[in-house]
Amino acid sequence: MSLKAFHIVFVGASVLLMLGLAGFSFGEYRETGSPLSLLWSGLALVAASGLLVYGRYFLRKLKHISFL
Amino acid sequence: MEIPYTDKPRPDTGLYNAKLGIWLFLASEIMLFGGLFSAYILLRVNAAEGVWPAVKLAWPHGLLNIPIGTFNTAVLITSSVTVVLAWASLKMNNFARFRMFMVITVFCALSFLGIKSYEYNEKFTHYELRLNDGKAYTGHLIVNGEHPGFWDFSKVYNLEQLKAKTNVTSIKFTADPEKAEGHGHGEAGAHEHKELDLKTDQIAHLDAFLPRNHTFFAIYFTITALHGLHVLGGALVLAYFAFPGAKLWKTHPEQFTNRIEVGGLFWHFVDLVWIFLFPVVYLL
Repeated sequence: MSLKAFHIVFVGASVLLMLGLAGFSFGEYRETGSPLSLLWSGLALVAASGLLVYGRYFLRKLKHISFL
Repeated sequence: MEIPYTDKPRPDTGLYNAKLGIWLFLASEIMLFGGLFSAYILLRVNAAEGVWPAVKLAWPHGLLNIPIGTFNTAVLITSSVTVVLAWASLKMNNFARFRMFMVITVFCALSFLGIKSYEYNEKFTHYELRLNDGKAYTGHLIVNGEHPGFWDFSKVYNLEQLKAKTNVTSIKFTADPEKAEGHGHGEAGAHEHKELDLKTDQIAHLDAFLPRNHTFFAIYFTITALHGLHVLGGALVLAYFAFPGAKLWKTHPEQFTNRIEVGGLFWHFVDLVWIFLFPVVYLL
């Protein structure tokens, strides 16, 4: 597996982490009503979307490099 | 003697030798961290029910600073992006951009370590206190008007050290807000910080958040310190590639690019460990 393929795996794991963090923070918000938790949840969602966009850009930019 | 297959793939494996080597090494690393993760999860699920420190054997959930941990996660994700951009710059024959991205990667690694050491300091100056009447608190200790600091090890107190100091008969303790059952961060049902004035003979147990204090701290410090050593080792190797090791670019550019790929694979592994470590240790 090349660095390109491992990077895609890494970005995928990071997106999942950010989605999980968004869910965790939203759960905290529902339990405690803290606006900070809601903000944190929103920021994590933005980060997950940003990483998805970056992942697509990265794949397009390095399409000439092998996955092996 | 020339080392074979440093830039061209070996016919039987289809990979250049260093890439096969790093993946074998990473397989052994997965077993090392896998064992520690399993130990953490088993300790976590078998901990007693209840809220620590009121229940001594309960899991001390919610002690770690999630915003700081998230920031450190962002720092490591950034460093993975920059290390792959450094490698891609070499593929595009742009050495100046390679060096710039490598410097940013090393800077991110050092920032991560700096922030982690701040977190460690926070733990080493935070205390668990149990009184003779059965009440238990966490918080910060003030002895003779001073907070015992981490860097001066003679000032890291437990009860025996405190009693051995003949001039200390009373302490102040700033107790953390009490946690309600099921709420990790002391937000729900949180009260104000409480100032306690205590005689030393009222205290049954006092210890900083050190590995000896609780299984949680033992496994937390073991895993995060091992990960931190990997970050340090990776940063040293990447810094070497960016400066003294970069001479190879002039004579064997393809071999140098492969070295950066191998360094990048290790760096991604180290960052991926953190991607799993952060939710397990900070959130669960």
